[in-house]
Amino acid sequence: MSVLIYIEHTNGIIKKNALEAASFGIGFAEKTGSTAKGIIIGNITDEEIKKLGSVGLNSVLKIEGYEYLNHQKVSAIVSEIAENENASTVIFCGSSEGKASGSRLAIKINSGIITEVVDLPSSTAPVTLKKKAFSGKGFANVELARDKNIIVISTNSFGVHLRQVDCSIETISTSKDDDSLNHKSFDRNTEGISLPDAELVVSAGRGLKGGENWGIIEDLANALGAATACSKPVSDIGWRPHHEHVGQTGIAISPNLYIAIGISGAIQHLAGVSSSKTIVVINTDSEAPFFKAADYGIVGDAFEVVPKLTDAIKSAKG
Amino acid sequence: MKILVCISSVPDTTTKINFTNNNTEFSTSGVQFIINPNDEFGLTKALQIKESNAGSTVTVMHVGLSNNDPIIRKSLAIGADDAVRINTTANDPIQVANEIAHYIKENPFDLIITGKESIDYNGAVVPHALGELLKIPSVSPCTGLEINEGEALITGVVDGGKEELSAKLPLIVGSQKGLVEESELRIPNMRGIMQARSKPLNVVEAKKSDATQKIINYDKPPQKAACKLIDANNVEELVSLLQNEAKVI
Ligand SMILES: Cc1cc2nc3c(=O)[nH]c(=O)nc-3n(C[C@H](O)[C@H](O)[C@H](O)COP(=O)(O)OP(=O)(O)OC[C@H]3O[C@@H](n4cnc5c(N)ncnc54)[C@H](O)[C@@H]3O)c2cc1C
Ligand SMILES: Nc1ncnc2c1ncn2[C@@H]1O[C@H](COP(=O)(O)O)[C@@H](O)[C@H]1O
Repeated sequence: MSVLIYIEHTNGIIKKNALEAASFGIGFAEKTGSTAKGIIIGNITDEEIKKLGSVGLNSVLKIEGYEYLNHQKVSAIVSEIAENENASTVIFCGSSEGKASGSRLAIKINSGIITEVVDLPSSTAPVTLKKKAFSGKGFANVELARDKNIIVISTNSFGVHLRQVDCSIETISTSKDDDSLNHKSFDRNTEGISLPDAELVVSAGRGLKGGENWGIIEDLANALGAATACSKPVSDIGWRPHHEHVGQTGIAISPNLYIAIGISGAIQHLAGVSSSKTIVVINTDSEAPFFKAADYGIVGDAFEVVPKLTDAIKSAKG
Repeated sequence: MKILVCISSVPDTTTKINFTNNNTEFSTSGVQFIINPNDEFGLTKALQIKESNAGSTVTVMHVGLSNNDPIIRKSLAIGADDAVRINTTANDPIQVANEIAHYIKENPFDLIITGKESIDYNGAVVPHALGELLKIPSVSPCTGLEINEGEALITGVVDGGKEELSAKLPLIVGSQKGLVEESELRIPNMRGIMQARSKPLNVVEAKKSDATQKIINYDKPPQKAACKLIDANNVEELVSLLQNEAKVI
């Protein structure tokens, strides 16, 4: 019985939600009396891998020699390791790739799978986990029926828990691969911070009145080191790119801070952001429904309030 | 080309979520069920492909009981040619994928379109589990698809960007907004609704695969404390609350 944690990285840098997956995996192994090992595939330095020691992971299997990865390759490689290690649980972070790899792996190793998991099991026999449902409008407590399971966690729910240990790396090789998808090119979103990963998000809606007015939103995001997001109509009209659309039909996020500017707070918008830890709303209309979901609010005109807020943040940060 | 579009039935996006029976059941009272919004983009894409490839057919697939027939009929009214319903309660994504895979093995398709996830249980499992069961490639979420002589060019969404891929058919894609635009979505017209009544809806019995999980009960997110209002002329106070009280910046 062992717990494997698949560690995602972007061009050799471990992703924050991979650290979260590692934290979860270590907690899970402790609760179930088993041991946790990380799996990392591709080009990454040992120095970077050793950073996993900061969340308590003391053992990592490294598989070299894959320039390019996709979920099909990952699930093929991990299935071989899961068998060799006699793994009962494999943990993935909540990225699109994590969900995809986990789903394929579940079939390969004949296990169950649960996605959007927010916390450690409330019971371990049978394993019972809380997952997000109804786009964050509720949670379901789910009992897993199989003794082998894939757990895909929900980004920014469990959190990264620091506890330093030494991390040892074992380089192994695998024989499995999958070439049925042909890679042509990657098109990375602009230099900014990736939205699903972001801890701080500044988001704006139709209240901004035009794409040309987004300068004040970007200035605030830059001052905070935040990613930018938008409501659905804003991306539909083309004021902002589609990948910034958050909500029930866009992406779901749960950053530590979500600042909503000129967004009314429709139920479909809230579905994608309401699990943010702290919500700030800036809106001219004191009756805007978003205030009911907010921790802090300013009733005021975005064009006046946002530049002032940007200045105040700059001076507070020195 | 033979295209299969998998649809799930989900509560309308405006639904207020409530639980009953000691929080062990999702309360369906007053809830309207709709075609999963992600699947609607996929259905539209399927119809567009059909229109530009003479001789193509679009079949709709649903795993569920007859209470969901209205969303199947709606898909037929929008333009699908026929439908299959696998007659069993859908309990978990592995079960659903097994049922659909079993059907496809006996009735092959060139292209299978699902949604990237259903908005009720947010699994995002079915497209890839189905791909693995059928041993064919899967790309989900997918925002671009072009098919030329059995070869597909696909845009997949990965965290932080997009990836261009190619694959041979048969193939599974998981649709979301972007595969087609909202303005391209189709609303059933009177003629479509009339025609849908006579289009085949084949009910097949389920293979009965074991459940891999069971929901024991539900929780609602904790209630937020009342919003603290800060004067628009005192943004410094907000900054200080975010630093010292919320400790998020
Ligand atoms: C099936 C379906 C799915 C949907 N999915 C999503 C989704 O995923 N995400 C999503 O966001 N929406 C979604 N919607 C749309 C949603 O219902 C709302 O229409 C949308 O969120 C509204 O966007 P908004 O708040 O930007 O615009 P509005 O509702 O027009 O709100 C603009 C707000 O700006 C305020 N304002 C105006 N001027 C100023 C100013 N100068 N300063 C400050 N505030 C100002 C106004 O008071 C108002 O509250 C969906 C709808 C449907 C039917
Ligand atoms: N009961 C079902 N019947 C048919 N298709 C389904 C069913 N459940 C899920 N799907 C398909 O699988 C996709 C992803 O669902 P899920 O894995 O449940 O998030 C959905 O968008 C549908 O296309």
